[in-house]
Amino acid sequence: MGYVAVTGGQEAIEASLQHLTYERIKEGKFIDVESIKATMRGFLDQVMSESSLYSERLAALAMKQSEGNVEEAVFLLRAHRSTLPRLYYSTVTDARDMFVIRRISASFKDIPGGQILGASHDYLHRLLDFSLVEETEQDVLRKKAEFEAIEVPEESSLPLEKLPKVMDYLRKEGLINEFPLNDEEPDDITKESLTFPSSRSERLQILTRGQTGTVTSLGYAGLRGYGSSHPNVGEVRVGYQPIHIALDEEGEEYYIGSIKLTEVESFIPANVSEDGKEVLEFDIGYGACFGQNETKAIAMSILDHALENPEKIPIHDEEFVLLHVDTVESTGFISHLKLPHYVTFQSKLEQIRKIKREGVTNE
Amino acid sequence: MSKFPFAFLDEQSKKEIRRAVLKGVAIPGYQVPFASREMPIGRGWGTGGLQITLALVGQRDVLKVIDQGSDESVNAVNIKKLVQGTTGIETTIHTKEATLIQSRHRIPEVPLRSDQIMILQVPEPEPLRSVERSEFKTKQLHAEREYSGAWLLLFEQIMRYNQTSQGADYPVLVHDRYVMNPSPIPRFDNPKIHNSDALILFGAGREKKIYAVPPYTKVESLAFDDYPFEIEKFEGKACKVTGLTDVFLDELTDEQTGETYYLCNDTSFMQEYLEKRGTVHVR
Amino acid sequence: MFDKPILQIKNLSKQYGEGCSYCQHENAKLERNFCPVCKTVYACKNISLDLHRGEILGIVGESGSGKSTLMKCLYFDEETTTGEGFLTDYFNGNENIFTQSGQQKRFIRNSLLGMVYQNPMLGLKMDFSSISNIAEKQIAAGNRNVKQMVDRSNALLDKVNISIKRSKEPPKNFSGGMQQRVQIAKALSSNPPILLLDEVTTGLDLSVQAAVLDLIKTIQRVMQISMIVVSHDLAVIRMLADRTVVMLNGQIIEEGLTDQILEDPQHAYTQQLVYSLL
Repeated sequence: MGYVAVTGGQEAIEASLQHLTYERIKEGKFIDVESIKATMRGFLDQVMSESSLYSERLAALAMKQSEGNVEEAVFLLRAHRSTLPRLYYSTVTDARDMFVIRRISASFKDIPGGQILGASHDYLHRLLDFSLVEETEQDVLRKKAEFEAIEVPEESSLPLEKLPKVMDYLRKEGLINEFPLNDEEPDDITKESLTFPSSRSERLQILTRGQTGTVTSLGYAGLRGYGSSHPNVGEVRVGYQPIHIALDEEGEEYYIGSIKLTEVESFIPANVSEDGKEVLEFDIGYGACFGQNETKAIAMSILDHALENPEKIPIHDEEFVLLHVDTVESTGFISHLKLPHYVTFQSKLEQIRKIKREGVTNE
Repeated sequence: MSKFPFAFLDEQSKKEIRRAVLKGVAIPGYQVPFASREMPIGRGWGTGGLQITLALVGQRDVLKVIDQGSDESVNAVNIKKLVQGTTGIETTIHTKEATLIQSRHRIPEVPLRSDQIMILQVPEPEPLRSVERSEFKTKQLHAEREYSGAWLLLFEQIMRYNQTSQGADYPVLVHDRYVMNPSPIPRFDNPKIHNSDALILFGAGREKKIYAVPPYTKVESLAFDDYPFEIEKFEGKACKVTGLTDVFLDELTDEQTGETYYLCNDTSFMQEYLEKRGTVHVR
Repeated sequence: MFDKPILQIKNLSKQYGEGCSYCQHENAKLERNFCPVCKTVYACKNISLDLHRGEILGIVGESGSGKSTLMKCLYFDEETTTGEGFLTDYFNGNENIFTQSGQQKRFIRNSLLGMVYQNPMLGLKMDFSSISNIAEKQIAAGNRNVKQMVDRSNALLDKVNISIKRSKEPPKNFSGGMQQRVQIAKALSSNPPILLLDEVTTGLDLSVQAAVLDLIKTIQRVMQISMIVVSHDLAVIRMLADRTVVMLNGQIIEEGLTDQILEDPQHAYTQQLVYSLL
């Protein structure tokens, strides 16, 4: 009978959870967290960026637990983040101090320090490599040994630290629309809620942890015609950024490690009036993400600039962009539609029946 | 779950949430922004209510969680399990035994007491959102006590249907100052917020707002003078099992006969009622 | 006409941009209303005018003369940069309306002013029924009685010659002329002492224009309401306005009785305007 049917929810849920556990292991295969960490670089980078938690080990664990579901892995890490107190804020760090593993400019052929291609999918033909189907651990070790046996000639080594920025070159010429330096403590969106109009630090934080696909799509929309921020990529740099903390205001800084970071500076022409003269200079759109997420960082630089210049177009509208790019928020609310809505529906049903019954009497 | 702090959240976060709750109590019906942590359950699945519960829960609390009137619905089970797993506190299905009651879409049929706290999960805290999509502007409208938009919506419904067509989440005016969404409880439950003995808290995790109706606060459902507010009426219908008519009913269909029948929506209330009647019969 | 004016505007200015040392100088030479140095636009410059009870004041000028900006400032759609405004019906004309709180400005807008925009999209909620649009002002002014508001709105629809049968239809179903008439009904809805009309007939067919102008004239006669009518079209002004103000580049260049301005224009620009009409 109906009365029985509404109880027993607890058992059903338990059984569903058991089923989920079984699904993960039913093929009898196993992958350890270390292997995930060693081989799933792209996944880890995306997940660390969206979850705003920098830990390759935890990202690998999340991937294992979620069976490779990005949405779930980010969710796990964000929830884990909520259990951790914030003990320190890192001090201001300058990307000129980055140990660079890749660095390109689309604006200049020759940049001081050179174009450094590093490792990238950009130059790859996207053809399935069927030889990987049969790849064994021995193959991996052999190929690794071959690579590592290659001798690097002395003169071909490059300085990878303290590389100047492409932007500095334009700045020297006075072509960058200058703003006063602002090293104010940023607003922490995980500690204080976002209010509008938002500050730039809030915008950058929300964008950097935005869902990769959403940030990319919105940036694309802006580029394609629903926006007016058309950038030249000044510089994309990927590398290891040293992070320091200070125990108190005056105190000495301590090095706590380095994080893999993608940083993008886009150049966007802007009208500026200078001594009463209308001139053209460059505005900077800024993007930076944990890990190597170049597309996302470029899209972020478009959105950063778009939001600095509000217009009545969705991607220039801070509420439209900032309230909808977060993966945990959007996936959560969409999926909540699966929850029962019996009561609200009953309330509506009663009303609709009443309106139907009584009709509109005054016509 | 032993790796996580008591009640999951770190202490800094709990303090911030409690501060938001206190501010909400001090300004009845005002939506207090808070940072809103990510929870182990989905945004939109009660994370606002859950954060309030976790920020308030102490070791001696007894928790009841309801979803759509049921203690056994997926959402309720999930939340109860999480709170219990991270605190070890007792849970109950009996409204009378609970000190904290977290709920989605219902206020229990059993009257609440002054030593209980009711926590409602809120999907959309902003009563003016359907007339003004910008958060910046709705904040201003609240500040200026400009609620024509909410009234206009009701007026338009009356023009179209000769009555309001708002189902659940029917807006209320709190303490003659703020218009508030009571969360998607049926209109049937709106009167329970008025002059309540218990403190009622509202948490919107995704929208990052907390608000409150302190005990004994005036709460009026918006209504024009000549079109009074009406709760859902189940005229001529009664709960098939208890025969009760003055409760909110669920509509169900008998699988065999295809017949429609009704049951109390508040399942624990129904169970208690039956148990009590059972003892009466035994005597 | 010896009464205290119902509305007084004193030295109202509205600029877009910060201004610079060049254009803030008293005798700065601007390109029309535009500073060639810092690009600041002086949309309205030191506008002073009075509106008396029951009169229609016309404001005529070409596009860019600042007349629409002036209307938007009066209805608080735009913030005025400097200047004062006094309404006899608001604290006896002793409080500057431009420095009031947002809440007070809303009250003035909802209860003491009515506005009809050139673009009905600005004045109406196109998806809501016409009757709700008209009632909105009454709701905003605090009315909570549906029957009263329905009766009043229907009476106004009748007054602007729209069949009550169509009251539940949204304005988006209506023609341009009808939308303007719904706007007029809405503006009159809370029975304000002052009505602001911004290019209300621009873009309408000639026959429809005539009907709307006729309606405005009738309303003014019957309801004794004061109006400010803005138009680039001197023919409209001639038909409606008792007194007329001529604006050019954000400033008032001539004012007087409408007949007087039409017969004996003083300023070269006004002369040009009048001769083109003849």
